[in-house]
Amino acid sequence: MTWRILKQIARVGNISEAPPQPAAPSGATGDPAVEAIQRDILAILGRAVAIRAVDAGSCNGCELEMQALSNPYYNIEGIGIRFVASPRHADLLLVTGPVSAHMEDALRRTWDAVPGPKRVVAIGDCGCTGGVFGESYASRGRVANILPVAAEVSGCPPAPLDILRGILSALR
Amino acid sequence: MQADKPTIIPQELAGLGCRFVQQPGAVPMVHAQVDARQWRAAATAVAASGGRLVALWGTDRRGSGAGHAVAAAYALGPTLVWLDLALPLLPGSAENAAPEGVDTGPGAPEMPDQSYPDLAAIFPCASRMQRAVADLNGLHAVAATPDSGTALPVDRRPWLRHAAWPADYFPLRIDAKAEARYAATDERYPYVRVEGDGVHEIAVGPVHAGIIEPGHFRFSVVGEKVLRLEERLGYTHKGIEKCFAGMEPVQGARLAARVSGDTSVGYGWAYCAALESLSNGAVPERAVWLRALALERERVANHLGDLGALGNDAGFAFGLAQFSRLREDWLRRNHAVFGHRLLMDWIVPGGVRADPGTDALRALGADAGVLGIELARLATIYDGHAGLQDRFAGTGCVPEALARQLNLTGMAARASGVGSDLRAQAGFQPYRDLAFRITRYTAGDVAARVAVRFAEITESLRLIRAITASLPAGPVLEPPGMPQACGRAVGWVEAWRGEVLVALELDEQARIRRAHCHDPSWQNWPALEYAVVGNIVPDFPLINKSFNLSYSGQDL
Repeated sequence: MTWRILKQIARVGNISEAPPQPAAPSGATGDPAVEAIQRDILAILGRAVAIRAVDAGSCNGCELEMQALSNPYYNIEGIGIRFVASPRHADLLLVTGPVSAHMEDALRRTWDAVPGPKRVVAIGDCGCTGGVFGESYASRGRVANILPVAAEVSGCPPAPLDILRGILSALR
Repeated sequence: MQADKPTIIPQELAGLGCRFVQQPGAVPMVHAQVDARQWRAAATAVAASGGRLVALWGTDRRGSGAGHAVAAAYALGPTLVWLDLALPLLPGSAENAAPEGVDTGPGAPEMPDQSYPDLAAIFPCASRMQRAVADLNGLHAVAATPDSGTALPVDRRPWLRHAAWPADYFPLRIDAKAEARYAATDERYPYVRVEGDGVHEIAVGPVHAGIIEPGHFRFSVVGEKVLRLEERLGYTHKGIEKCFAGMEPVQGARLAARVSGDTSVGYGWAYCAALESLSNGAVPERAVWLRALALERERVANHLGDLGALGNDAGFAFGLAQFSRLREDWLRRNHAVFGHRLLMDWIVPGGVRADPGTDALRALGADAGVLGIELARLATIYDGHAGLQDRFAGTGCVPEALARQLNLTGMAARASGVGSDLRAQAGFQPYRDLAFRITRYTAGDVAARVAVRFAEITESLRLIRAITASLPAGPVLEPPGMPQACGRAVGWVEAWRGEVLVALELDEQARIRRAHCHDPSWQNWPALEYAVVGNIVPDFPLINKSFNLSYSGQDL
């Protein structure tokens, strides 16, 4: 059995790809305060960042692509990015939307549990704009309606590389 | 209404005395208006003949001079039976009146225009659907006046409504404004308490410790052993069905594909099939085959992801690395050929968006062959790994009798000895021409659900090779005509998780009056509560993953 497993590992080899360049800084470009915060975070976090993913009401499409980020192709732990189980261990929240009315409170509490300095990246068209679900009795729409968003990654859902670029641009 | 076709009366329901009308479309479907007595008698007859409750939903027809209605869809052999119980329109019931004493127990609301006979005593899976109808439409299931013995009490706790909107706002009523905003209120949900020496509760969620959807699990445990699990869902309720209301039917396809992102092909196909039935549009044969190609690719992608995650949850990280690699290869091919990694919006009303072309189809066939070889290698490793099998075997068991009682559906049902798969039913093209072979295991444990996934991927790969080798030539899109005003139709598709139903009803302007999207998770979530009893808490993630149910699909 062990032999079979080792053989399979050797057969596949190392398939990890080089990380992408960060996207052009989004939204808050040129704001010196924001740039300073970005520098601070980099200085404090070094090259390692711990991420807590929060599904605030998505259709699960964005979650699938965030999960895909953990496959061997993207090698995110190799570039210092790690998904963690608790917001108390996190530097960054990746939030998918639309923020459902039922998740608003849980999302706020998750944010409150993250120690500073901390940032939010909104993932997907719904997280950025509310998407096809918009705002209604049940949906609060975009993540920025609830939390301060540092970077947005559009796409329905965004591909893993786009999510990775978004993470990097929120940190650099 | 369309001219009535020759009517097939399901034999099991012949004694009811209601008039069945066969509906147009690819799905063999009959529809009947029933009264309250027939509503319950039909449920009893369906249950007695081994039929299943597929879906239950409410509709507000007060805009057309009628009243509220509830509908139930049953699977009786290959036929879908849609029963419609119209509630009377009483003076004053045109207003969005809050029923008095919503929580006053079984049999309470004496409101003939807003109550209907309970089905949960006959089909346990109806309970949550009825609670959802109460939350969204303000229509309440009422226990039968028992002829003998005592009626089972009706669960009257809210299901999809949490604290975010008040108990007297019913979003799916026509006079309920979608843009209404309410401040969240403090809320106490009455979980069922387990009492006894040493019993304590573990509360998990809604934010889970992984990249997964939100929901709440309340475990009552002694030591490591789970005595009871109670699920609380509805956190991702985002008003999808309200979004549908008033839409142009053609626009609804995009929304349907996002009911549950992992099943976008399943919902897309079901929605488009319903719409095409109302437009008298014949979908080109090549498009039907291409839809099946997409459906099988979606199935393979999800099963690959699950097999990796199941290995990982049993401490076998190698499995996750291998299967997530194969899944990524698969999704990248999706992007290259279909323009979308999760195949969203590739199925459109009337067919599919584009013909992949001969070269791409040949590549897909070759892909399937390569994956088959890889899969066989990994299957040998999974099967022979003692530590892995020790975690899988005997864990999270759903025996066949329970599966049938709960109307378990789809992949999970086929692991519990229930050999039901829409693809195997007569008339579901192109599967009839492809000689589809059903997968069935009987143990009902995690190991069986793993085995079903391996077998289903293998069969899907065979189907993909057959489709790419022999699909008929011709166009892939025939834009549908104007849909029929006041028409109703269903789409019913065996998606990767189980059977997806979309029931579509149009109004006088041929806009959507009601689009009800039903996820197989409605039936399968309750089974998970049973499956974990007697298991240890650390096995819950494994058992949960082995079902891999949808939150968004059932929260809507």
